[in-house]
Amino acid sequence: MSKEQDVIVAEHELSEGNLKSYITGFLLSIALTLSAYFMVVRRSFTADRIIAVIVALALIQFLVQMFFFLHLGKETKPRWKLFVVVFMIMIVLILVFGSIWIMNNLNYRMSPEQINTYLNNQGGGF
Amino acid sequence: MSDVANPPMNLDISNAEYQKNSKTLFGFWVYIMTDCVLFASLFATYAVLHHNTFGGPSAQNLFSLPNVLAETLILLTSSFTCGLGILSARARHKNKVIFWFFVTFVLGIAFLFLELSEFRHLVITGNSWRRSGFLSAFYTLVGTHGLHISVGLLWLVVLFGKIFSGGLTRNNLRQLTLFSIFWHFLDIIWIFIFTIVYLMGAVGK
Repeated sequence: MSKEQDVIVAEHELSEGNLKSYITGFLLSIALTLSAYFMVVRRSFTADRIIAVIVALALIQFLVQMFFFLHLGKETKPRWKLFVVVFMIMIVLILVFGSIWIMNNLNYRMSPEQINTYLNNQGGGF
Repeated sequence: MSDVANPPMNLDISNAEYQKNSKTLFGFWVYIMTDCVLFASLFATYAVLHHNTFGGPSAQNLFSLPNVLAETLILLTSSFTCGLGILSARARHKNKVIFWFFVTFVLGIAFLFLELSEFRHLVITGNSWRRSGFLSAFYTLVGTHGLHISVGLLWLVVLFGKIFSGGLTRNNLRQLTLFSIFWHFLDIIWIFIFTIVYLMGAVGK
């Protein structure tokens, strides 16, 4: 009994991946990595366009690895793992874009031109 | 053993054991997500500081892209072999488990070696973390990832010892599963380091 039970427990312990999903994920990730790399090395577009494309490729690869390596979509109904992932993404977006926004704004307000404008408006005070 | 792929459901699975394992997995998953938040704060720091080169080199003329591509492919392959190791663990092939996780381990060492030799090269050429705000943020971000990789490798060494001495017990299988989640997660973080630090740096934004 114990051996068979072990197998079943193992089945639950180990996530639901199979060989096909790992190979698919691996090949897709390689393709995405190489296309991003050669896009940057070849420089066939303007910088802004390259940035947009490689960020999109990174996000696609994130999803690919989440689904094929971490088996995110195969969870059964109370999808707690997915729930935590969504929450994490929300925090990450607030943290990253909030920081960039605040710091750029601060840079702008602390720039010499801004300070001069302010001083002039004050009638050369201080 | 014949029904590995399709376990008979009427067999008496110890429900308490299953509940405990799924809680462990979920708890580890939550830890991984909080680690993502840690990396997000380092990415934000890097994004804010990466123009502050203080007269030193910028990301555009500092990194060797072929080296970074090699690191990326090595880490990706090790993530894949780690998955193959989990599949063998599920089929209970002890030798295959050891083989695939050993390949994962060697690839992890290779990755760490490439990363450290990149750091060494940068420091020798005068671009250490003391050079500029950009480089401080760079070493903190990439170094934290490298530290995670080192901890993962240490964990793998411990697991090898446990598997050699005890075989593929429930406990060891659970540990292997947790390790695989950790390792896949580190590869996911690396996608963003590769894109944001190295590729966007090379484009010059």
